[in-house]
Amino acid sequence: MRSDIFWLILGMTAVTYMTRISSLGLIRFMPPWMEKWLKYVPTSVLTILIVPALLLPQGRLDISLQNHYLLAGLVAALVAYKTRNVTATLGLGMAVMFSLRWLSI
Amino acid sequence: MEAGKSSAAIIPTPSTEDFRIALRDTSPILLGIVPFGITCGVMGLTAGLTPLETIMMSIMVFAGASQFVAISMLGAGITSWSVIVFTTLLVNLRHLLMGASLAPYMSQLPKPLQALLAFVLTDESYAITISRTHNGHYSGAYQLGASVLLYTTWAVSTAVGAYLGSYFPDPLAWGLDFAMPATFMVLLIPRLMEDRIQQIVCAIAAVLAVAGALLLPGKWYIIIACLAASAVGAYLEGGKGGAQ
Repeated sequence: MRSDIFWLILGMTAVTYMTRISSLGLIRFMPPWMEKWLKYVPTSVLTILIVPALLLPQGRLDISLQNHYLLAGLVAALVAYKTRNVTATLGLGMAVMFSLRWLSI
Repeated sequence: MEAGKSSAAIIPTPSTEDFRIALRDTSPILLGIVPFGITCGVMGLTAGLTPLETIMMSIMVFAGASQFVAISMLGAGITSWSVIVFTTLLVNLRHLLMGASLAPYMSQLPKPLQALLAFVLTDESYAITISRTHNGHYSGAYQLGASVLLYTTWAVSTAVGAYLGSYFPDPLAWGLDFAMPATFMVLLIPRLMEDRIQQIVCAIAAVLAVAGALLLPGKWYIIIACLAASAVGAYLEGGKGGAQ
Protein backbone atom coordinates (compact mmCIF):
# COMPACT_ATOMS: atom_id res chain seq x y z
CA MET A 1 0.00 0.00 0.00
CA ARG A 2 1.26 3.46 -0.91
CA SER A 3 2.00 5.54 2.17
CA ASP A 4 0.10 8.62 0.95
CA ILE A 5 -3.04 6.51 0.47
CA PHE A 6 -2.50 4.95 3.88
CA TRP A 7 -2.33 8.36 5.58
CA LEU A 8 -5.36 9.49 3.64
CA ILE A 9 -7.39 6.48 4.82
CA LEU A 10 -6.14 7.05 8.37
CA GLY A 11 -7.23 10.69 8.27
CA MET A 12 -10.66 9.73 6.91
CA THR A 13 -10.96 7.09 9.64
CA ALA A 14 -10.08 9.59 12.37
CA VAL A 15 -12.55 12.32 11.36
CA THR A 16 -15.31 9.77 10.72
CA TYR A 17 -14.79 8.20 14.14
CA MET A 18 -14.87 11.67 15.67
CA THR A 19 -18.36 12.26 14.23
CA ARG A 20 -19.49 8.91 15.61
CA ILE A 21 -18.09 9.13 19.15
CA SER A 22 -18.40 12.85 19.99
CA SER A 23 -22.06 12.75 20.97
CA LEU A 24 -21.37 9.99 23.48
CA GLY A 25 -18.77 12.13 25.21
CA LEU A 26 -21.03 15.19 25.20
CA ILE A 27 -24.14 13.46 26.57
CA ARG A 28 -23.38 14.59 30.14
CA PHE A 29 -23.52 18.22 29.05
CA MET A 30 -26.76 17.87 27.14
CA PRO A 31 -29.38 20.42 28.24
CA PRO A 32 -32.83 19.00 29.17
CA TRP A 33 -34.62 20.67 26.23
CA MET A 34 -32.53 18.60 23.86
CA GLU A 35 -34.32 15.43 24.97
CA LYS A 36 -37.56 16.67 23.48
CA TRP A 37 -35.73 17.58 20.29
CA LEU A 38 -34.00 14.20 20.07
CA LYS A 39 -37.37 12.47 20.34
CA TYR A 40 -38.12 13.56 16.77
CA VAL A 41 -34.73 12.73 15.27
CA PRO A 42 -35.65 9.10 14.35
CA THR A 43 -38.75 10.12 12.36
CA SER A 44 -36.77 12.88 10.65
CA VAL A 45 -33.83 10.64 9.77
CA LEU A 46 -36.02 7.82 8.43
CA THR A 47 -37.99 10.28 6.28
CA ILE A 48 -34.80 11.92 5.03
CA LEU A 49 -33.30 8.55 4.06
CA ILE A 50 -36.45 7.38 2.29
CA VAL A 51 -37.90 10.36 0.42
CA PRO A 52 -34.89 11.55 -1.65
CA ALA A 53 -34.10 7.89 -2.49
CA LEU A 54 -37.52 7.65 -4.13
CA LEU A 55 -37.95 11.13 -5.61
CA LEU A 56 -34.36 11.77 -6.71
CA PRO A 57 -32.92 8.35 -7.55
CA GLN A 58 -30.56 9.86 -10.14
CA GLY A 59 -29.86 13.00 -8.14
CA ARG A 60 -32.53 15.13 -9.83
CA LEU A 61 -36.22 15.40 -9.02
CA ASP A 62 -38.13 12.80 -11.05
CA ILE A 63 -41.89 12.66 -10.53
CA SER A 64 -42.89 10.56 -13.52
CA LEU A 65 -43.94 7.04 -14.47
CA GLN A 66 -40.37 6.45 -15.62
CA ASN A 67 -39.22 6.69 -12.01
CA HIS A 68 -39.31 3.04 -10.91
CA TYR A 69 -38.19 3.93 -7.39
CA LEU A 70 -41.21 6.18 -6.93
CA LEU A 71 -43.73 3.62 -8.27
CA ALA A 72 -42.24 0.72 -6.31
CA GLY A 73 -42.00 3.05 -3.30
CA LEU A 74 -45.73 3.85 -3.43
CA VAL A 75 -46.54 0.12 -3.52
CA ALA A 76 -44.11 -0.54 -0.66
CA ALA A 77 -45.61 2.29 1.41
CA LEU A 78 -49.09 0.84 0.99
CA VAL A 79 -47.91 -2.68 1.92
CA ALA A 80 -45.94 -1.33 4.89
CA TYR A 81 -49.03 0.53 6.08
CA LYS A 82 -51.31 -2.52 5.72
CA THR A 83 -48.99 -5.27 6.96
CA ARG A 84 -46.18 -3.63 9.01
CA ASN A 85 -44.15 -6.54 7.69
CA VAL A 86 -40.66 -6.17 6.20
CA THR A 87 -40.74 -9.37 4.14
CA ALA A 88 -44.07 -8.50 2.50
CA THR A 89 -43.05 -4.87 1.92
CA LEU A 90 -39.65 -5.69 0.49
CA GLY A 91 -40.98 -8.67 -1.51
CA LEU A 92 -43.79 -6.77 -3.22
CA GLY A 93 -41.76 -3.59 -3.61
CA MET A 94 -38.89 -5.48 -5.24
CA ALA A 95 -41.32 -7.44 -7.43
CA VAL A 96 -42.70 -4.13 -8.75
CA MET A 97 -39.17 -2.78 -9.21
CA PHE A 98 -37.99 -5.82 -11.18
CA SER A 99 -41.18 -5.97 -13.27
CA LEU A 100 -40.82 -2.32 -14.25
CA ARG A 101 -37.15 -2.84 -15.19
CA TRP A 102 -38.03 -5.97 -17.13
CA LEU A 103 -40.92 -4.42 -19.06
CA SER A 104 -39.66 -1.00 -19.92
CA ILE A 105 -36.02 -1.40 -20.92
CA MET B 1 -20.35 -6.06 37.70
CA GLU B 2 -20.57 -4.52 41.21
CA ALA B 3 -18.81 -1.47 39.87
CA GLY B 4 -21.67 -0.78 37.43
CA LYS B 5 -24.81 1.15 38.26
CA SER B 6 -27.03 -1.45 39.93
CA SER B 7 -30.08 0.78 39.52
CA ALA B 8 -29.77 0.78 35.73
CA ALA B 9 -31.96 -2.29 35.40
CA ILE B 10 -33.67 -0.80 32.34
CA ILE B 11 -30.74 -2.00 30.28
CA PRO B 12 -30.87 -5.78 30.10
CA THR B 13 -27.58 -7.65 29.99
CA PRO B 14 -26.32 -8.20 26.45
CA SER B 15 -28.00 -11.33 25.20
CA THR B 16 -27.33 -13.62 22.29
CA GLU B 17 -31.08 -13.53 21.64
CA ASP B 18 -31.00 -9.77 20.96
CA PHE B 19 -27.95 -10.28 18.76
CA ARG B 20 -29.76 -12.97 16.79
CA ILE B 21 -32.94 -10.88 16.34
CA ALA B 22 -30.77 -8.02 15.10
CA LEU B 23 -29.26 -10.26 12.41
CA ARG B 24 -32.78 -11.18 11.30
CA ASP B 25 -34.02 -7.56 11.29
CA THR B 26 -30.95 -6.30 9.41
CA SER B 27 -30.76 -8.95 6.70
CA PRO B 28 -33.32 -7.40 4.29
CA ILE B 29 -31.20 -4.25 4.00
CA LEU B 30 -28.16 -6.29 2.94
CA LEU B 31 -29.81 -6.71 -0.44
CA GLY B 32 -29.22 -3.00 -0.94
CA ILE B 33 -25.78 -2.88 0.74
CA VAL B 34 -24.15 -5.56 -1.44
CA PRO B 35 -24.48 -3.79 -4.81
CA PHE B 36 -23.15 -0.58 -3.23
CA GLY B 37 -20.19 -2.43 -1.72
CA ILE B 38 -19.41 -4.06 -5.06
CA THR B 39 -19.70 -0.68 -6.79
CA CYS B 40 -17.37 0.81 -4.19
CA GLY B 41 -14.78 -1.90 -4.94
CA VAL B 42 -15.09 -1.37 -8.69
CA MET B 43 -14.86 2.41 -8.34
CA GLY B 44 -11.70 2.07 -6.26
CA LEU B 45 -10.01 0.21 -9.10
CA THR B 46 -11.27 2.70 -11.68
CA ALA B 47 -9.85 5.55 -9.60
CA GLY B 48 -6.44 3.88 -9.53
CA LEU B 49 -6.50 2.36 -6.04
CA THR B 50 -5.25 -1.19 -5.50
CA PRO B 51 -7.77 -3.79 -4.25
CA LEU B 52 -5.99 -3.77 -0.86
CA GLU B 53 -6.27 0.02 -0.56
CA THR B 54 -9.94 -0.03 -1.51
CA ILE B 55 -10.74 -2.81 0.97
CA MET B 56 -8.68 -1.08 3.67
CA MET B 57 -10.81 2.03 3.23
CA SER B 58 -14.01 0.01 3.73
CA ILE B 59 -12.60 -1.72 6.81
CA MET B 60 -11.30 1.45 8.46
CA VAL B 61 -13.63 4.25 7.39
CA PHE B 62 -16.81 2.16 6.95
CA ALA B 63 -18.91 5.06 5.69
CA GLY B 64 -20.19 4.40 2.19
CA ALA B 65 -21.16 7.89 1.08
CA SER B 66 -17.86 9.47 2.12
CA GLN B 67 -15.89 6.62 0.54
CA PHE B 68 -17.67 7.22 -2.77
CA VAL B 69 -16.88 10.92 -2.53
CA ALA B 70 -13.22 10.32 -1.63
CA ILE B 71 -12.74 7.73 -4.38
CA SER B 72 -14.40 10.04 -6.94
CA MET B 73 -12.07 12.85 -5.90
CA LEU B 74 -9.01 10.61 -6.24
CA GLY B 75 -10.31 9.49 -9.63
CA ALA B 76 -10.68 13.13 -10.67
CA GLY B 77 -7.06 13.81 -9.73
CA ILE B 78 -7.74 15.57 -6.42
CA THR B 79 -5.08 14.11 -4.15
CA SER B 80 -4.89 16.77 -1.44
CA TRP B 81 -5.05 15.07 1.98
CA SER B 82 -6.74 17.99 3.72
CA VAL B 83 -9.40 18.47 1.03
CA ILE B 84 -10.44 14.82 1.02
CA VAL B 85 -10.31 14.43 4.81
CA PHE B 86 -12.27 17.63 5.37
CA THR B 87 -14.89 16.57 2.82
CA THR B 88 -15.15 13.22 4.61
CA LEU B 89 -15.76 15.07 7.87
CA LEU B 90 -18.55 17.14 6.30
CA VAL B 91 -20.22 14.13 4.68
CA ASN B 92 -20.18 12.24 7.99
CA LEU B 93 -21.25 15.07 10.31
CA ARG B 94 -24.76 13.62 10.26
CA HIS B 95 -23.49 10.85 12.58
CA LEU B 96 -23.39 13.48 15.33
CA LEU B 97 -27.19 13.64 15.27
CA MET B 98 -27.65 9.89 15.24
CA GLY B 99 -25.04 9.48 17.98
CA ALA B 100 -26.85 12.07 20.09
CA SER B 101 -30.13 10.23 19.55
CA LEU B 102 -28.62 6.93 20.78
CA ALA B 103 -26.32 8.46 23.41
CA PRO B 104 -28.76 8.28 26.35
CA TYR B 105 -28.90 4.49 25.88
CA MET B 106 -25.36 3.80 24.72
CA SER B 107 -23.84 5.77 27.61
CA GLN B 108 -25.12 3.06 29.99
CA LEU B 109 -22.96 0.42 28.29
CA PRO B 110 -19.36 -0.47 29.23
CA LYS B 111 -16.89 2.02 27.72
CA PRO B 112 -15.12 -0.42 25.35
CA LEU B 113 -18.48 -1.52 23.91
CA GLN B 114 -19.46 2.14 23.46
CA ALA B 115 -16.22 2.76 21.61
CA LEU B 116 -16.78 -0.27 19.37
CA LEU B 117 -20.44 0.52 18.63
CA ALA B 118 -19.49 4.10 17.77
CA PHE B 119 -16.90 2.85 15.29
CA VAL B 120 -19.55 0.89 13.39
CA LEU B 121 -22.39 3.44 13.64
CA THR B 122 -24.08 3.99 10.28
CA ASP B 123 -27.40 5.34 8.96
CA GLU B 124 -28.66 1.77 8.68
CA SER B 125 -27.60 0.49 12.11
CA TYR B 126 -28.98 3.68 13.65
CA ALA B 127 -32.37 3.33 11.96
CA ILE B 128 -32.72 -0.32 12.91
CA THR B 129 -31.52 0.11 16.48
CA ILE B 130 -33.62 3.18 17.29
CA SER B 131 -36.74 1.47 15.91
CA ARG B 132 -36.10 -1.56 18.08
CA THR B 133 -35.58 0.75 21.05
CA HIS B 134 -38.87 2.45 20.32
CA ASN B 135 -40.86 -0.77 19.93
CA GLY B 136 -39.23 -2.73 22.72
CA HIS B 137 -36.10 -1.82 24.56
CA TYR B 138 -32.60 -0.66 23.77
CA SER B 139 -30.01 -3.41 23.72
CA GLY B 140 -26.29 -3.11 23.15
CA ALA B 141 -26.27 -6.69 21.85
CA TYR B 142 -28.93 -5.79 19.32
CA GLN B 143 -27.00 -2.76 18.08
CA LEU B 144 -23.85 -4.88 17.95
CA GLY B 145 -25.62 -7.58 15.92
CA ALA B 146 -26.97 -5.09 13.38
CA SER B 147 -23.63 -3.27 13.13
CA VAL B 148 -21.45 -6.38 12.81
CA LEU B 149 -23.63 -7.78 10.03
CA LEU B 150 -23.58 -4.48 8.13
CA TYR B 151 -19.82 -4.09 8.66
CA THR B 152 -18.99 -7.61 7.48
CA THR B 153 -21.27 -7.29 4.46
CA TRP B 154 -19.74 -3.93 3.50
CA ALA B 155 -16.16 -5.24 3.80
CA VAL B 156 -16.84 -8.50 1.93
CA SER B 157 -18.83 -6.88 -0.88
CA THR B 158 -16.13 -4.22 -1.34
CA ALA B 159 -13.60 -7.05 -1.65
CA VAL B 160 -15.82 -8.86 -4.16
CA GLY B 161 -16.07 -5.66 -6.21
CA ALA B 162 -12.33 -4.98 -5.99
CA TYR B 163 -11.29 -8.48 -7.07
CA LEU B 164 -14.16 -9.60 -9.31
CA GLY B 165 -15.34 -6.18 -10.43
CA SER B 166 -15.09 -6.92 -14.13
CA TYR B 167 -17.71 -9.69 -13.82
CA PHE B 168 -20.39 -7.25 -12.70
CA PRO B 169 -21.49 -4.95 -15.55
CA ASP B 170 -23.31 -2.53 -13.21
CA PRO B 171 -24.47 -3.86 -9.85
CA LEU B 172 -26.67 -0.81 -9.28
CA ALA B 173 -28.61 -1.18 -12.54
CA TRP B 174 -31.05 -3.70 -11.06
CA GLY B 175 -32.56 -1.30 -8.55
CA LEU B 176 -31.49 -3.41 -5.56
CA ASP B 177 -30.72 -0.22 -3.64
CA PHE B 178 -34.49 0.07 -3.30
CA ALA B 179 -34.16 -2.39 -0.38
CA MET B 180 -33.06 0.39 1.97
CA PRO B 181 -35.98 2.82 1.58
CA ALA B 182 -38.47 -0.09 1.41
CA THR B 183 -37.24 -1.54 4.71
CA PHE B 184 -37.16 1.86 6.39
CA MET B 185 -40.80 2.44 5.44
CA VAL B 186 -41.82 -0.40 7.71
CA LEU B 187 -39.89 1.34 10.49
CA LEU B 188 -41.29 4.80 9.74
CA ILE B 189 -44.99 4.23 9.10
CA PRO B 190 -45.95 2.91 12.58
CA ARG B 191 -44.31 6.03 14.06
CA LEU B 192 -46.56 8.25 11.96
CA MET B 193 -49.65 6.53 13.34
CA GLU B 194 -48.71 7.60 16.87
CA ASP B 195 -49.64 11.23 16.77
CA ARG B 196 -50.08 14.31 14.67
CA ILE B 197 -46.70 15.82 15.56
CA GLN B 198 -44.82 12.83 14.10
CA GLN B 199 -46.76 13.33 10.83
CA ILE B 200 -45.91 17.02 10.70
CA VAL B 201 -42.25 16.27 11.43
CA CYS B 202 -42.27 13.69 8.62
CA ALA B 203 -43.86 16.12 6.15
CA ILE B 204 -41.39 18.90 6.97
CA ALA B 205 -38.43 16.51 6.84
CA ALA B 206 -39.62 15.23 3.43
CA VAL B 207 -39.95 18.70 1.90
CA LEU B 208 -36.66 19.96 3.35
CA ALA B 209 -34.80 16.79 2.35
CA VAL B 210 -35.92 17.09 -1.27
CA ALA B 211 -35.20 20.82 -1.41
CA GLY B 212 -31.88 20.30 0.35
CA ALA B 213 -30.85 17.39 -1.87
CA LEU B 214 -31.52 19.62 -4.90
CA LEU B 215 -29.84 22.76 -3.60
CA LEU B 216 -27.14 21.80 -1.11
CA PRO B 217 -23.85 19.99 -1.78
CA GLY B 218 -23.13 16.51 -0.43
CA LYS B 219 -25.06 15.23 2.55
CA TRP B 220 -25.88 18.61 4.07
CA TYR B 221 -29.54 18.04 3.34
CA ILE B 222 -29.62 15.28 5.97
CA ILE B 223 -28.23 17.54 8.68
CA ILE B 224 -30.28 20.64 7.85
CA ALA B 225 -33.58 18.80 7.32
CA CYS B 226 -33.09 16.71 10.47
CA LEU B 227 -32.23 19.70 12.66
CA ALA B 228 -35.16 21.75 11.39
CA ALA B 229 -37.84 19.04 11.35
CA SER B 230 -36.91 17.76 14.85
CA ALA B 231 -36.91 21.31 16.19
CA VAL B 232 -40.43 21.87 14.86
CA GLY B 233 -41.50 18.63 16.57
CA ALA B 234 -40.02 19.75 19.88
CA TYR B 235 -41.62 23.19 19.50
CA LEU B 236 -45.08 21.73 18.75
CA GLU B 237 -44.81 19.36 21.68
CA GLY B 238 -43.87 22.24 23.96
CA GLY B 239 -46.74 24.34 22.61
CA LYS B 240 -49.19 21.51 23.08
CA GLY B 241 -48.19 21.17 26.73
CA GLY B 242 -48.77 24.89 27.29
CA ALA B 243 -52.13 25.05 25.53
CA GLN B 244 -53.80 22.15 27.27
